[in-house]
Amino acid sequence: MPIQYYIYFCLALFSLGVVGVLTRRNAIIVFMCIELMLNAVNLILVAFSKMHSGIAAQNGATNTAGIDAQIFVFFIMVVAAAEVSIGLAIIVMMYRNTRSIDINFLNRLKN
Amino acid sequence: MNVLEIIFYILSAFALICATMVLVSKNPIHSVLWLILVFFAISGHYILLNAQFLAIVNIIVYAGAIMVLFLFVIMLINVNKDSEPKKQLFVKLIGVITGGSFLILFISLIKQALPLVGKTVLLKEGNIGLIHPLGKALFNDYVVPFEISSVLFLSAMVGAVLIGKK
Amino acid sequence: MGIMKVLVGFIILWPLAGFLFNGLGRNYWSKKVIAYKATGYIVASFIASVFAFLYVQKHGAISVHYFDFINTDTIKIPFDFKVDALSALFLLVITGVGALIHLYSTSYMKEETAPHYARYFSYLNLFIFSMLILVLGDNFVVMFIGWEGVGLCSYLLIGYWFTNGNYNYAAKKAFIMNRIGDLGFLLAIFWLIVKLGSVNYNEVLTATSLAKLSTTDITGITLLLFVGAMGKSAQIPLFTWLPDAMAGPTPVSALIHAATMVTAGIYMITRSNILFSHSEITQNVIAIIGISTALLAATIAIKQNDIKKVLAYSTVSQLGYMFLGLGVGAYSGAVFHVITHAFFKALLFLGAGSVIHAMHHEQDIRKMGGLKSKLPITHLTFLIGCIAIAGVPPFSGFFSKDEILAAAFAKSPIYWVLGVIGAAMTAFYMFRLYTTTFLGNFRGTIDQESHLHESPVAMTLPLILLAVASALAGAIGFPEIMGGHHWLSHQLIPIVGEPHELGLAHSIEWVLMSVSVSIACIALVLAIFIYKKKTDEEPTTLVGKFFYHKWHIDELYNQAIVQPLNRFAGFLKYVIEKKVIDGAVNGTGKMVQYSARKVRLIQNGQVGYYILFMVVGIILLFMIWFNDTKILFFFNKLTKN
Repeated sequence: MPIQYYIYFCLALFSLGVVGVLTRRNAIIVFMCIELMLNAVNLILVAFSKMHSGIAAQNGATNTAGIDAQIFVFFIMVVAAAEVSIGLAIIVMMYRNTRSIDINFLNRLKN
Repeated sequence: MNVLEIIFYILSAFALICATMVLVSKNPIHSVLWLILVFFAISGHYILLNAQFLAIVNIIVYAGAIMVLFLFVIMLINVNKDSEPKKQLFVKLIGVITGGSFLILFISLIKQALPLVGKTVLLKEGNIGLIHPLGKALFNDYVVPFEISSVLFLSAMVGAVLIGKK
Repeated sequence: MGIMKVLVGFIILWPLAGFLFNGLGRNYWSKKVIAYKATGYIVASFIASVFAFLYVQKHGAISVHYFDFINTDTIKIPFDFKVDALSALFLLVITGVGALIHLYSTSYMKEETAPHYARYFSYLNLFIFSMLILVLGDNFVVMFIGWEGVGLCSYLLIGYWFTNGNYNYAAKKAFIMNRIGDLGFLLAIFWLIVKLGSVNYNEVLTATSLAKLSTTDITGITLLLFVGAMGKSAQIPLFTWLPDAMAGPTPVSALIHAATMVTAGIYMITRSNILFSHSEITQNVIAIIGISTALLAATIAIKQNDIKKVLAYSTVSQLGYMFLGLGVGAYSGAVFHVITHAFFKALLFLGAGSVIHAMHHEQDIRKMGGLKSKLPITHLTFLIGCIAIAGVPPFSGFFSKDEILAAAFAKSPIYWVLGVIGAAMTAFYMFRLYTTTFLGNFRGTIDQESHLHESPVAMTLPLILLAVASALAGAIGFPEIMGGHHWLSHQLIPIVGEPHELGLAHSIEWVLMSVSVSIACIALVLAIFIYKKKTDEEPTTLVGKFFYHKWHIDELYNQAIVQPLNRFAGFLKYVIEKKVIDGAVNGTGKMVQYSARKVRLIQNGQVGYYILFMVVGIILLFMIWFNDTKILFFFNKLTKN
């Protein structure tokens, strides 16, 4: 499986996530699209790790090349989980104060 | 075209369709459900790549915990189809175009990239995705980040509680 | 040679020192000190000029180099002075007459306060300085420096009593008309540089350089030089400034507008005579304009009632004669007339100043009369000046004017006839002036009559000296047919060449002379006869009115040139300045404000927008990062074509 196919696929997922962030106004949906992006990245990292592992296996030696990417994916998931919890808490806060979860409502940064 | 490729294509198509539905759905709960399906597809990809640990962890953590959390919040806030804020067509169009050009840009970049020519991904084989090598690497080389991630969780918990307090 | 360098340097620098000291120290020194300083400097210059003249007599012409003014590969303009017969003669006249006028001014301007007194003398010294640079320059550029300097000083001195708006207007008029002429001069200099690559006399005024120029070149250059002379020496059409310039103090009129500045044009043409001799067209132009000016000014002078205006128009008329002389090739005749005119015109002006001083600044001759007994010295010297200008032998005016008329006759009898008519008119109006001022009964008020007294020595001494000079100066140009050795023309041989034979038999010359003299005498007597009895209160005939109103030339110029220029300037001010330029400047400010208001809308605080721009930025960044070679190649292709 040429690596490009995986890259294309993940790019498509990632750009779908970008479109979602730019397009939707519901804060929760935006958050979910961020998670989508993170997942796309995870997948590409794993694909690269397998690529390197495959190359190493071709060149001989049974070393564990490319395992770093999978560890990285592991930690990405960790961080994503933590971030989700905080983010949702903020959204709940926002709802409590403004009775709305429209991101255009938060324009305190104006001017 | 062997079986693996077919499976790859099916999983990819499935994932893309579900992701599109995430964007398009009016009802947020539907979006969450579609996203869960996307995660399943991704896990399928992981299994195809023989990254078994990650596949399972993806399901458990993402689809199981995080999405459930989303559902809780949505239900708490009581969002439904009516209270979905309206968005102008112009902004949607701009967003789609931007995202599309983003995609095209990177595709063109990848197409040009020489080091990637001829590299293939090892499917279904390799033992780096298995728990044993992963655990070994995690606890030998990456033990410090591992421990610190626990601290991260602690701070996240504290933060969430603090923010959520009235 | 070294001594000459020092000497010439002194001649130039003493007046400059006078300008600086009197100008800068005008608040400190008393009038007496200022007077002595200013006059003393010019007298010192005069003595040095005498030495320079004697040197030239003995050793011939020399060129003194001071420093390199402009020194490039393509052109070299050194700051050189040339002392030869022509410039030495002019030096003597300028410093001599200048010194006498300074002496006269010390008494005439006594009523001024000390700072203004010093200002006057500093301007006068600056004027002498500039005039000396003009005549001593060894190339056209140095001459032009002096040319501009005298124009400037003329402006400063005409507008000396600057509190009067009319005087300022007259000063501006003089300066602007001068400037128009200067443009012609500058164009001529540029033409010379383009064609010959140099402006030095010793390189331009030689036969070899002449060979390099085509006839159009020579005609063009000489015509442009003549335009410069027209402005400076008040010929048609640039002469209207000179009568108005009488707004300045009388000694100023005497120095600048009789003796020196107005003769700069004649000096310039005489210096470049080799160019002019080769251009038939220009010579005809000069002669025609000269004689027309002479006649025009004479007709106006007949009907004027201000003593200084009559003398001013007389100056314009005599300058016309000098240009007529230049136009027919009588260069030494023109120079001769310059010298004699300097003497008797300065004398006449100073005499008029004496009269004005006695009449307590009354200048209308209809209010004068019978001053003969009250102002004896002034009267006698004025009479001598009038006889000299009328061209009656044996005074100097006769010799110089006759030389010009003889050369004019040789060129074309028409010139001679017109010249004689002009001479007759000259005699007529001068004696009209004399008669109404000095003869008959006093027509002024009783109050004025009681104050009439002769002027102090400082004023009468210059009058006496100038009268002597006017009487005897004929000696330097005693014509051959009368048995004299024409000293002046021999002096000027190195510059103007051998005086060419006029081809007239001696008998014809005698006839010409006698005819002109007799006509002048008849006019003279007629004037005395008419004006002893009556005065012109108001001109009655149509022709008289026309002459009185100066042929309405000033009004013509006003309508044709000044008003349109004013309107154009107004247009520039109100339309272009206010609307276009201010509009552009203000508009830029307004546009910045407008665009700022529009751009400010981007900062609307909406996170969605910010993320959008972030993504766009990333896209652009990646595009440029990965495709920079392609972009550079694209730009190169663009700029190459």
